[in-house]
Amino acid sequence: MEWVNAIIQGLLTGGLYALFACGLSLMFGVMKVVNLAHGDLAVVAGYLGVGVIAVTHMPVLWTIPVVVVLMAVIGYILQRSIIQGAISRGELTTLIVTFGLSIIIENGLQQFFTANSRGLGVGDSFITASFSIGSQIIIPWLNLGIFVLAVIVLLGLNQYLSVTKYGRLIRAVADDREAAQLSGADYRHVFGIAAAIAFGTVAIAGICEGMITTISPTIGTDTILLFAFASVVIGGLGSLWGTLLGGIVLGVAQAIGAQINPSWEPLAGYAVFLLVLVIRPQGLTSRGAQA
Amino acid sequence: MSDRTGNGGPLLDVRDLVVHHGQLRALSGISLTVYPGEVYALIGANGAGKSTLLRTIAGLHHPTSGSIAYEGRDVTGLRPEKRATAGIVMVPEGRRLFPSLTLEENLKVGMSYARKGPWTIDRVYELFPWMKERRGQQTAQMSGGEQQSVAIGRALVANPRMLLLDELSLGLAPVIVQRIYAMLPQVLESGVTILLVEQDVSQALRVATHLQCLLEGHVTLEGTPAEVTREQVEAAYFGVNDGSNGLWSGSMPSSRAC
Amino acid sequence: MTGQLAAGSRSADFSDVRVTRSRRNTVPSGIGALVLIVVLFALPFYVKSGPLGIMVQGLIVLTLASMWNLLAGYAGLVSVGQQAFFGLGAYFVLIPAMHGITPWFGLVIATIAAGACAVPLWWLVARLRLGYFAIATWVLASVVMLVIEQISSIGGGTGEPLPGLSGMQPAVLTAYTYWAALAVAVLAIGGVYLLLRSKIGLTLTAIRDDERAARSSGVRVGLARMGVFIAAAAGCGAAGGVLAIEQLQVVPGTSGGVFSVQWTAEMAFAVIIGGIGTIEGPILGTIVYMVLQQTLQSYNAWYLIILGVVAITIALFARRGLWGTVVDRFNIRLFPVGYHLWASGEGQRWRRRRRRPATQAAS
Repeated sequence: MEWVNAIIQGLLTGGLYALFACGLSLMFGVMKVVNLAHGDLAVVAGYLGVGVIAVTHMPVLWTIPVVVVLMAVIGYILQRSIIQGAISRGELTTLIVTFGLSIIIENGLQQFFTANSRGLGVGDSFITASFSIGSQIIIPWLNLGIFVLAVIVLLGLNQYLSVTKYGRLIRAVADDREAAQLSGADYRHVFGIAAAIAFGTVAIAGICEGMITTISPTIGTDTILLFAFASVVIGGLGSLWGTLLGGIVLGVAQAIGAQINPSWEPLAGYAVFLLVLVIRPQGLTSRGAQA
Repeated sequence: MSDRTGNGGPLLDVRDLVVHHGQLRALSGISLTVYPGEVYALIGANGAGKSTLLRTIAGLHHPTSGSIAYEGRDVTGLRPEKRATAGIVMVPEGRRLFPSLTLEENLKVGMSYARKGPWTIDRVYELFPWMKERRGQQTAQMSGGEQQSVAIGRALVANPRMLLLDELSLGLAPVIVQRIYAMLPQVLESGVTILLVEQDVSQALRVATHLQCLLEGHVTLEGTPAEVTREQVEAAYFGVNDGSNGLWSGSMPSSRAC
Repeated sequence: MTGQLAAGSRSADFSDVRVTRSRRNTVPSGIGALVLIVVLFALPFYVKSGPLGIMVQGLIVLTLASMWNLLAGYAGLVSVGQQAFFGLGAYFVLIPAMHGITPWFGLVIATIAAGACAVPLWWLVARLRLGYFAIATWVLASVVMLVIEQISSIGGGTGEPLPGLSGMQPAVLTAYTYWAALAVAVLAIGGVYLLLRSKIGLTLTAIRDDERAARSSGVRVGLARMGVFIAAAAGCGAAGGVLAIEQLQVVPGTSGGVFSVQWTAEMAFAVIIGGIGTIEGPILGTIVYMVLQQTLQSYNAWYLIILGVVAITIALFARRGLWGTVVDRFNIRLFPVGYHLWASGEGQRWRRRRRRPATQAAS
């Protein structure tokens, strides 16, 4: 039964991975930008949450909307200024700029917050609280809650892209920037909105990460970016639900690996990722686009 | 000779436009004037610069020198999306529909920044009745003619004042082309002025009120379909040099002279 | 455009045209380079160990920067995972040392072995487009690190001291380390120079200018890129070996260890600031980097932050970097890798025209 619990855990973690990943996927789909600083943004959000709590003493869950709005605004500004500048100068420049941002953020966080990890403190009882199915399957409330939150966010994002005016514009600009301009859309503004969404979703994920484990300056690239990327690759580009599937596959693979040997946990995930990279670079559910 | 100035000032006034593609000079000092209610056709062989001219007017390309005036004000430096909201809307070469969007979504994008006017999605469905029942379909599976209609519809719902049509006939069978051009009168009725690029000369001559022929970035002929002879058009199209008047044969009747 | 022949020269006599590899200033700068190398080799006799140690660090970064520049500036491959080969190089000096082979020879082993490791890794990432290639290299570096941390016989996660050098006097050891670092750096830069002058160099320039055209002309794009990837891996491996010798230990791990992404940050920033796509750029960039690092040493991570800000600013506003700006202003080149067209003007006067590729980045 340990195996079943582990797999369920992995599945639930997959939701969080998908939440990390959807912003990365969005920015690439719309602007063709691979944001190497993506993982670090989640960490920034986590630390913002720490700061907000320190100042206002509000409950952790309330920090989510506050931090999301803050990060979305930061995302829009950053996109319209630096990232847009990099985009117009080419892919190489964009990679260098996002890489530079990543290094700056990580080292900056390290300077201000030291390299120690921090948690967002949901209260010990909540972290370990769980319910049981049958006598042996244990499901922690927090993990389940985060998974549900992730699914809700993905659903919301999907609806937004399908039904609203700006959602359509985002998809249109992603398809054909010039044609969108001819219809009156300022693509830089649309890019900004997409970036704001990406920053917002990764902020939610960052706070959840802070609740479920701890955050530290380096996990942005050590784990988050790579897991997000792996989820996107495994699940395939261009599909939000594919990203969820990718996240789940990654989470389950890690859980299985951890069961066999605790230090194999990250390796197992990377193994799956490399396998997919070799066999089918398009991922599991893409429409055949090249990675 | 018709008096074009009777409708007030020109809607579009292009002066001495010079446009480069990198180091290649695509347009060498082009001027043209379009008055409200006209159908102005640009004809010429491949590479003559017609599409470049249209794209520059739409704002997708920067001229090296020269000016573009719309409704009396200078728009030479205006971004393309601002020109669209001002009323200059282009149907680009090759349709350029949004492949991941459905037919109706394509039209809705066209409406995103639409001006006030008579065109709505429903009116487009009246113009192209087949669209209504297929409005949930992906446009990628549609035929060339259907896609062209959707592209035109997308431009119409923005309620343009000046509609730019770039190579409508490209890749389409003549029958389809005629059917598409058949809707032009209804568009004109709604108060839209048209500037079009067309490789099919006879089609252009059939619908145009005025025309200009381009060859390698220069204007070789200008006038109305009634004024120009077939020989003049051929000569201007292919650049036949019979040694009489410098490089281009035949005279160039200018409608401004009237 | 200086690249075009001016209208007036249409009537010029082209029988006097000649093509050379170098410009007028190359001979003096070539002699200057040799003098510089001799001076650098003589340094340990005149300079104390402290500054020598700093020079070693600089030479390591210089080697790394040259390799990163080769990848990104000439082959169009932005790798954020070069620390994998850097670390592997360190371990490939460690492992032979643990079996009795002197680390000095271990450097040679490290270079070759790191290059060999690049072959299967290339196969994994070769098909990815630019952005995903970058992240994939980062992932691979993490994987390599994780795998190595599992092997306890070479220190696992905590690292392992380097045997085989304990008999030496510290000053002598520093001198030898310095010479090894200098040799690696000179060979690396020299190797890059020769590579770019060769047919492969021409291939790379063609790819850089217009990949599709190059492919349809029969240029073996994939092969050239793989060659560069392997060469860069070998270079980074050698640098890693030098680090192992300098630190007398090999520690994996992401903060300050050999597999830290910080190494990639340092080499990338040095290249960007110095000037990407030129051989001289990494040299200049490394100097700037070392100056920054030494002056801000007491402020911990600040030098990386400032370096990052400077790099981003240069990438956005002065893309060709410091050296690129110098080249544009003064038209000098220390390492002749391009071709130059000398055309005769009216009469007997030689007028120099520089033939540049159509794109911004010059060879």
